[in-house]
Amino acid sequence: MLIEAAILIPAVGAVLIGLTGRYPNLREAVTLVSAVSMFVVVWQIYLALNRGDILTVELLQVVPGLSLAFAVEPLGMLFAMVASFLWIVTSIYSIGYMRSHHEQNQTRFYVCFALALSSVMGLTFSANMFTLFIFYELITLITYPLVTHSGTDEAKRSGRRYLGYLLGTSIGLQLLAIIWTWTITGTLDFTEGGILAGKTTDVVIAILFALYIFGIGKAALIPFHGWLPAAMVAPTPVSALLHAVAVVKAGVFTVLKVTLYIFGIDLLATTGASEWLIYVATATILIASIIAMSKDNLKARLAYSTVSQLAYIVLGAMLASTMGIIGSGMHIAMHAFGKITLFFCAGAIMLASHKTEISQMRGLGRTMPFTMMAFLIGSMSIIGLPPTGGMWSKWFLVMGTLEAEYYIPLLVLLISSLLNVAYLLPIAVRGFFSEPEDMLPENRPKGIKEAPLPCLIAIAITSLGCVALFFYPEPVYELMQSIAE
Amino acid sequence: MISQHLPVLQVVVPLLFAPICILLRRHNLVWGVVLLSCWTSFAIAMLLLQQVLTGGEIVYAIGGWDAPWGIEYRLDILNAFVLLIVTGIASIVITFARESVHKEISEDRIYLFYTAFLLHLTGLCGVIITGDAFNIFVFVEIASLSSYAMISACRDRRALLAAFRYLILGTVGATFILIGIGLMYAMTGTLNIADMAERIRDVEDTRTIVSAFAFFTVGFCIKFGLFPLHYWLPNAYTYAPSVVSAFLSGTTSKVFIYVLLRFLFLVFGVEYAFETMHLDIILMVVAIMAIFSGSIAAIYQDNIKKMLAYSSIAQIGYMILGISLVSVSGLMAGILHLFNHALIKTALFMIVACFFFRFDSVSLKDLKGVGRQMPWTTMAFVIGGLSLIGTPLTVGFISKWYLIIAALEKDWWWLAVLILLGSILTVIYIWKVIEVIYFQSSDSQSDTGAIVYKEAPLSMLIPVWVIIFANIYFGVNASWVTDIAQQAAVYLMAGQ
Repeated sequence: MLIEAAILIPAVGAVLIGLTGRYPNLREAVTLVSAVSMFVVVWQIYLALNRGDILTVELLQVVPGLSLAFAVEPLGMLFAMVASFLWIVTSIYSIGYMRSHHEQNQTRFYVCFALALSSVMGLTFSANMFTLFIFYELITLITYPLVTHSGTDEAKRSGRRYLGYLLGTSIGLQLLAIIWTWTITGTLDFTEGGILAGKTTDVVIAILFALYIFGIGKAALIPFHGWLPAAMVAPTPVSALLHAVAVVKAGVFTVLKVTLYIFGIDLLATTGASEWLIYVATATILIASIIAMSKDNLKARLAYSTVSQLAYIVLGAMLASTMGIIGSGMHIAMHAFGKITLFFCAGAIMLASHKTEISQMRGLGRTMPFTMMAFLIGSMSIIGLPPTGGMWSKWFLVMGTLEAEYYIPLLVLLISSLLNVAYLLPIAVRGFFSEPEDMLPENRPKGIKEAPLPCLIAIAITSLGCVALFFYPEPVYELMQSIAE
Repeated sequence: MISQHLPVLQVVVPLLFAPICILLRRHNLVWGVVLLSCWTSFAIAMLLLQQVLTGGEIVYAIGGWDAPWGIEYRLDILNAFVLLIVTGIASIVITFARESVHKEISEDRIYLFYTAFLLHLTGLCGVIITGDAFNIFVFVEIASLSSYAMISACRDRRALLAAFRYLILGTVGATFILIGIGLMYAMTGTLNIADMAERIRDVEDTRTIVSAFAFFTVGFCIKFGLFPLHYWLPNAYTYAPSVVSAFLSGTTSKVFIYVLLRFLFLVFGVEYAFETMHLDIILMVVAIMAIFSGSIAAIYQDNIKKMLAYSSIAQIGYMILGISLVSVSGLMAGILHLFNHALIKTALFMIVACFFFRFDSVSLKDLKGVGRQMPWTTMAFVIGGLSLIGTPLTVGFISKWYLIIAALEKDWWWLAVLILLGSILTVIYIWKVIEVIYFQSSDSQSDTGAIVYKEAPLSMLIPVWVIIFANIYFGVNASWVTDIAQQAAVYLMAGQ
C-alpha cells in the first residue's frame, strides 16, 4: 500500500492542483500538502525497510513475464527520500519565485511538477527494468512542458533538443538493450548479483553494457549531455529540482540499478565491460568542468557543473568496486543538496537583482549577503570541502578508485576538485570582496535587497542540509553499505 | 440454431442492410441502420472468435453444398481475429461518423455514402471468411469498388483524382490477383483454398505456378500499398472524407495483408514461398525501405492527413517486416501489429476528423494553438501519437517489443537498430504536430487574446476516447491479444 501511496499522492495532487487552478493560494496549499504527505509516506517506507519488512507490489502483467511491479530496496529508498524531501523545499521556493517573477501558466507548471514527482517515485521503486523504463520515459514526457514553459522560440528549440537527446537515446539504445537482455535471460527483474552472469559471451556483455550506459541519456555522459544545458531555459525551480535532482538523478540512478542488478559488479569486474567507460566518465568530468569555467551565464555554468558531477556518479558505478558504489550512491544525495542550493541562489539573484551573468555579480554579497553565504556553502559541498556533506561522497569515490586500482581516474578526481574550486568559489568570493565595477558609488543599491521570504526559507533549508549531511551522513552511508555488501 | 449460421450472417447482414439504406434515404435514419448493422457484425465476429477459441476451426458450406461443389466459409484463429479487428473498427468509426459525414459529404449523397460503407464492410468480411479463391476475388472487387466510391464522395474535388488513381492501380492489382487465381485453378483444378493447398505441392515446380505466385503476391502488395507500389495511397487517404481515411487505414490494408499471409503460408507453403522463391529477402528489403521512405516523407508533410497516410506506409512496412522474418515471433509481431496499428491509425484519423470538423483544415499552419481550444481532442492526439511511436503502456509498444525480439532471435541486431530508428523518425513527425498544436499561438487568438473553446461534439469525442482507451488497455493488458496472435502464428508456421 505504501508504495502505491507514494506514487499516487503526487498524481492525485496534480489533479487537485488542476481543479483548484483558479485560486492560487489553494493551489499552492495543495502542492505543499501533497509534497509533505508524500514525504511522510516515503519516510514510513524507510522505517519499514529498516524494520526489515519486504515491500513488493505487482500491479499487472502486460504479457507473461513482463510485469509492472514495484519493490523497495536501499538505493531506490535513498533516491526517493532525497527527491521527496527536496520537493517540499522546492514547492516553498516555487511559491516565492513564480509569483514574484509573474510567470504564465502557473497551474500547468504545478501540475506537471507533481506528475514528474509521481513518475520519479515510480522509477525509484521499480522492481524490474521494464517498469523502470516506463517511468523513465514518462519523466521525459512530463518534464517537456516544463522545459518549454515560456513558449518562446528559444524554449521550443531547447524542448526539441531535450526530447531529441532523451527519447533518441532511450528508444535507440536503451530499449534495444532491454529487449536484448530479455531475449538472452527471459527476465528483467532486478536481482542481486545481476541476471546476465553466465548467460552470454563477454563481447555481448560489453556491447550491452555500453548500450545501457549511453542509452540512459539522463545521466548526461558525453556525447549525450547536450540536453542538460538546453533545459536551463526552464524556470529556475525546474532547473533546481528536476535538472539538478530528479531527472538527472533518475539517469544516474538507472545507471546504478543496471550496474548492480542487471549486470552485477562481479560480472563487470571479471569481464572488464565497464573499463573503457571509466575513461568516458573521467573525460566527461574534465571536459564538462572546463566548459563550465568558460560560461559566464550562471545557470549554464551550473548545468555543466552538473554534467561533470553526474559523471562522478557514473564513474563510481563503472569502477565496479564496493567503495565506488557507496561513493556513487552517497553522491546522489550530497550533490542533490549542494546543487539545488546553488540553483535556488541563482534564481534568487535573478529575482532580486535581475542578474544572470556571473561577471555582473561582483559585490553582490553586500546587497544579498544571505544568498551569497548560502551559495558559498553550496559551492563548498560541490567541491567536497568540510564541513559539508560533499566531502564524504568524494572521499568514498577516491577510496573506490584506490580499491579498484585505477590511478588516472584518481588523478582526474583531484584535478576536477581544483577545477570546481576555480569555477565556483570566485563567484561567492567576488560577491563579498570585490567592488561592483560599473557603478558610481552613489548609484550603488543601498541596504539589503534579498529575494522573497519563501525563497530564502528554501535556501536556508538546503544549505543547512549540506552542513547537516557532513555531521550526520550515517543514514545515507548505511543505506548504501547494505547494497554494496 | 442461429449460432450455426453465424459465418454466413457475417457477410449477409451488411449486404442486406445496404439496399435498405438506398430505400430509406434520410441520412439520420440511414446512419442508424448502418450503425445497427455494424455493431451486429461486430457481435457476430465476437461470437465466432469465441467459437473458434473453444471449438477450433469452423467449416460452413453455403446453401448446404459441400466443397468442392459449393463455396465453403472457413474460420480459423487467424481470420476470426482479423474479422474482429475489421468489424470492431467499422463499428467504432460508424458510431463516430454522423457529424463528420454530415460536414464533409454533400447532403444528397450521404445515403449513397453509407451504402458504400456497408458494401465495403461486406466485401472485407467476405474476403476474410471465405474459403474459396475465386470468391476472394469477388469480395476484393466489392470492397474495392465501394472504396473508390467512398473516396470520391468528398466535397473536395481533388478526391476525384485521388479516387481515379486508386481505381486504376486497384484494378491493375485486382487483375493480377485474378490472373494468379486463374493460373492456380488451371494447374490444380480447384478453387477451394484447402484443396488447392494440397494439390499445389505436386505442380509447384511448374512455371505456371511461379507466375501465379508472382501475380498473386504483387497484386495484393498493390492493394495494401506496400512500398514501392504505394503510389495511390497518400492521396487517397488525404483527400477522402476523414471517416473513410479512418476506416480504410484501419481495415482494408489489414485484410489484404491477411490474404497474402494465408496464401503464402497455407497454400504455397513456407518452404516454397521463402526457400524456393526467396520472397522473405524481397519482402524484408522492401519493408525496410517502406519504413524509412514512409517515415521520412511523413516528416515533410504539412497536411496532417497526408502525414498519417505516409506513416501508414511505414507501418505497413513494420507488418511486412515481421512476416518476412518467417518465424513464430516474427509472424506474431506482424499479426499483433495488424491489430495494434488498426487501433492507432483509426484513432489518429478520427482525431484529425475532429480538427477538420472545427477548423475546416488539416493543415498544420491552420492548427496553431489548437491545444487550448480543443484540449480533449489534442490530448487524445498526444496519446495516439505516443502509441504510434511505441511508448510503453500503449499498444504500439507491444508490437515493437515482439518485432525486435523476433529480430534479435535471429541475431540480427542491425535490424533491431533499424526498427528503433524508425521509431525515432516517428517521434519527429508526431512531435512536429504536438509543438504546433500546443506551443504556437493561433493567429485568430492573438487578436482578441481570449481563448475560444471549440471542443469537438461529444458524439465524436466519446468514440475517439473509447478507441484511445483501447490503445492503452491493450498496451497494459496485452496477454489476450498476444495469446491469439501467437496461436495464429504457430498455426501459420505449421502450415496446415
